[in-house]
Amino acid sequence: MNGLSFDVAHLLAGGLVLISFMMLYQDRLYSLLNIFAMQAVVLALAVAWQAFVQDAPHLYVTALIALVLKAIIIPVALHRTIERLGIHREVETVVGIGLTMLAGIGLVALSLLLMLRVTIGVDALAREDLSFALCVVLLGLLMMVTRRNAVSQIVGFMSLENGLVLAATGAKGMPLVVEISVAFSVLVAFIVIGVFLFRIRERFDTVDVGALHRSRGDSE
Amino acid sequence: MALILDLLVQGSQMALVLALAPLLTGFVRKVKARLTRRQGASIIQPYRDLLRLLRKEVVLAQNASWLFRSAPYLIFATTWVAAALVPTFATGLYFSWTADLIALVALLGSARFYQALAGMDVGTSFGGIGSSREVMIASFAEPAMLLTVFTVALVAGSTQLSTIAEVMSSSHVGLRVSLGMALFAMIMVAIAENARIPVDNPATHLELTMVHEAMILEYSGRHLALIEFAASLKLLLYCSLIACIFMPWSLASAEAGPVAYLVGGVVYLGKLVLLGFALAVFETAIAKMRVFRVPQFLGAALMLSLLGTLLLFVSRTL
Repeated sequence: MNGLSFDVAHLLAGGLVLISFMMLYQDRLYSLLNIFAMQAVVLALAVAWQAFVQDAPHLYVTALIALVLKAIIIPVALHRTIERLGIHREVETVVGIGLTMLAGIGLVALSLLLMLRVTIGVDALAREDLSFALCVVLLGLLMMVTRRNAVSQIVGFMSLENGLVLAATGAKGMPLVVEISVAFSVLVAFIVIGVFLFRIRERFDTVDVGALHRSRGDSE
Repeated sequence: MALILDLLVQGSQMALVLALAPLLTGFVRKVKARLTRRQGASIIQPYRDLLRLLRKEVVLAQNASWLFRSAPYLIFATTWVAAALVPTFATGLYFSWTADLIALVALLGSARFYQALAGMDVGTSFGGIGSSREVMIASFAEPAMLLTVFTVALVAGSTQLSTIAEVMSSSHVGLRVSLGMALFAMIMVAIAENARIPVDNPATHLELTMVHEAMILEYSGRHLALIEFAASLKLLLYCSLIACIFMPWSLASAEAGPVAYLVGGVVYLGKLVLLGFALAVFETAIAKMRVFRVPQFLGAALMLSLLGTLLLFVSRTL
């Protein structure tokens, strides 16, 4: 039983990392959002599995929050934002997709090396969850760095938060209050960024953050 | 006596792949035709094509060298050896110690090398285009294939196919995300290597898109027959490779009697039907991609297999 529970947890957490890579690979905004929703669903499954394995019912609430908030509300809201902004549907990247993928692989290798060395002697399940969570966080950061469009940067930020939730559930014993407040702060951040997006668009007629450099006085 | 029997079983495997390869090609074509609501050619049409080509006269270009004439035989021989090494209905056959995954990759690589050389030999522009594209695709597909091999070999602790099949069919492999990634990477590589639809269309002679057909445009008669035969052997090889590694059920072991061999053979046929059907459905559902998107497609395969290898290091054992 222990072997099987580990294998399923491994499968789900590995699936999260894989979906992060799929998000890096996308070149359409809508499919990016769909994959983001898929990541949230897999995250909810992973958290629910942890709840079952650790016998911790409050994690089911976390899974439910992830499912409702990140798999339904935020993707739908982002869909409508893209429609209202009327922006180009392609993802604009700073560097090529192949190069981004290579950087992503490097980050995964880095976080695995780091986490496996730091967490020697910890329970195998927590160890594996932590290393995958760091992968997801770093890939989310990479996505924020390599995208020029503010909408895809938001998606990167949200997927970073997915990694944090994964780490928190693997670490056993994060209080539910903290979990709920994190979820709501993400929601608040989403609203603030959403308002901010429209402000940027009003001011600069684009959501390409490259345009912001000009107002800062950079010669670009 | 035992030696003769062993050789006989091994020989029957070599004959089996030879007999089944055109049938698989015919089956995939038939299913594709039925899926697009056409009647389609008979399932044994590839055999008739091969016979017809074998009877026809060979037309050679004036400046064709010995390389052009010998390449079909080399391509056919290396592909046949590679296809006959993959366990189909039984593991642990007499020559199974040579059935090493890296050796397989090398055999297929040399077949591709001869083909690319032969494509450039006559000096027509189509041959050159085909060869350069084939080598471009290969330079992405081969690392992905090798990394997949590494993933599988790390799980099984061996690169030998018989051992891998035994380890995979035992219960303590469990559910591994790495193996899933390796499977997808191998399917993508197989599609690219066999010139199937998203990468290349095996049924067309459209100049702008063809890769495999461009290289063999100058061939005729028995040379063409051998190359076509080698192509269908290669398809069979990849199907049996995927079947052997990722669904190694009911493979007969070395000392099992003829009944077990028979069961293994029937199950193997079932697996081929399954894979061929899946291939046909996939090919019907998807459109061919531009040649310059192929590196991205294979890059994804490379990434999947690399990720699979990396994720292996956080799994339970190892």
